[in-house]
Amino acid sequence: MKDKPEKLIVKGKRLDGRKMDELRPIKIEVGVLKRADGSCYLELGENKIMAAVYGPREVHPRHLQEATRAIVRYRYNMASFSVEERKRPGPDRRSVEISKVSRDAIKPVIIKECFPKAAVDIFVEVLQADAGTRTAGINAASIALADAGIPMKGLVSSCAVGKIDGHIALDPMKDEDNYGEADMPIAMVVPDRITLLQMDGHFTQDEFKQAFELAKKGCEQIYEMQRQALIAKYGVEGKQ
Amino acid sequence: MNESIVAEIRKDYMYDLAKRGERVDGRALDQYRDISVETGEISRAEGSARVQIGNTQVLVGVKIQPGEPFPDTPDKGVIITNAELVPLASPTFESGPPREGAIELARVVDRGIRESGALDLTNLCIEEGVKVWMVFIDMHVLDHDGNLIDAAALGAIAALSNAKLPNERYDMGKDGQLPVADLPVAVTVVEMGGKLLLDPGLEEEQITPAKLTIIFNKDGSISGMQKSGTGMLTSEQIYQAIEMASNKAKEIRKKFLERKG
Repeated sequence: MKDKPEKLIVKGKRLDGRKMDELRPIKIEVGVLKRADGSCYLELGENKIMAAVYGPREVHPRHLQEATRAIVRYRYNMASFSVEERKRPGPDRRSVEISKVSRDAIKPVIIKECFPKAAVDIFVEVLQADAGTRTAGINAASIALADAGIPMKGLVSSCAVGKIDGHIALDPMKDEDNYGEADMPIAMVVPDRITLLQMDGHFTQDEFKQAFELAKKGCEQIYEMQRQALIAKYGVEGKQ
Repeated sequence: MNESIVAEIRKDYMYDLAKRGERVDGRALDQYRDISVETGEISRAEGSARVQIGNTQVLVGVKIQPGEPFPDTPDKGVIITNAELVPLASPTFESGPPREGAIELARVVDRGIRESGALDLTNLCIEEGVKVWMVFIDMHVLDHDGNLIDAAALGAIAALSNAKLPNERYDMGKDGQLPVADLPVAVTVVEMGGKLLLDPGLEEEQITPAKLTIIFNKDGSISGMQKSGTGMLTSEQIYQAIEMASNKAKEIRKKFLERKG
């Protein structure tokens, strides 16, 4: 691992030149995979994420079926080459937890009653990681669901906020996450329905408030980009 | 974890109760169940604690032994946290490798211990790059009647607080006390019909879609949070939950963790 940079903030700017409340550049492509029912490729700074949705489709194994609604499965997976030190392929404890909280974050918007006995499967592959992969994954998954035509109550938008050198900063990148003092990913259905909230590190209660409000602003910006990407693909200006 | 199904009628009843500020077991919305903490029960372990919250029971054992440090942190001890939802604790638990429920539980507790700085890992270095203390925190759920996270987290910090460094066994001088620098306490809140309930019992946990656990340090700052479940919370509810939980964490710490200090 590289040594800690002497300062994470220089003259009010971060190592990559961002302001404290600025997201990394985001690139979204909708419907990039042929076989999947819905898909999305998303870049968030150096993060490269591919999400695919299959479904509604038959549930295997059968005993997992639910009589009145679809089940939702979510698999977050990191490619072995996505990080500096090769990651052993397959699920580890971290990715099991991320899969669970991501599913918890996405599930509330899916209208599961439309598809009794069926499954909606969401697969998120992290091709390159640079902090914030779970949030980028949720953003991509949400678009892939829309691309698959799954009925939803809204889009889920997600971003993280951190504390670096004592300051609250939106969307920490890898160095800021590694050497920062706190990291808090959230997901939200705009406006103000929080579906994911995790935090580790150190926040006073006032810092939490400041960070939380900043993260919500980040989600609002991402929501707008998700919406634009879908409009660009499908060419219909939807009503708000 | 496929929890048993609470009948819809029962669910409506519980939501109605919550709207009136009541709960099935007669508690107030902000009332925690009775807690008991017994430490040192397992003498083979370097530290141990049995925590009961109502009928929920978790036994935490801490084993400490020398081992090799991770290459990227040669001067730091190692914490390894694990939770087992053994089948004796609930009809819905099955044997086999830990599933997502157990993994989430262990990782949330781990975050609280780690991020609060409860253990100063540089203190646990014996010889840089060669030998450090490895602290294994194993949480054994014995009876699952809701709110395992709070019980496991309280058990973990209580067990660490009474743990010994087993120097004698490894010819390194006299046994010492494991130094514990902070006392993180986890408090969980669920949302039911717009109301917030502290310390969900099993039924409450099963029918409520959203649960929020907040881990507080001694000074009231936050070292970990986890929202769990497929519900949504508003910002207002989150702020309210923090306020509710913050007071309770203080009380629990004072009563069960600070008495010796």
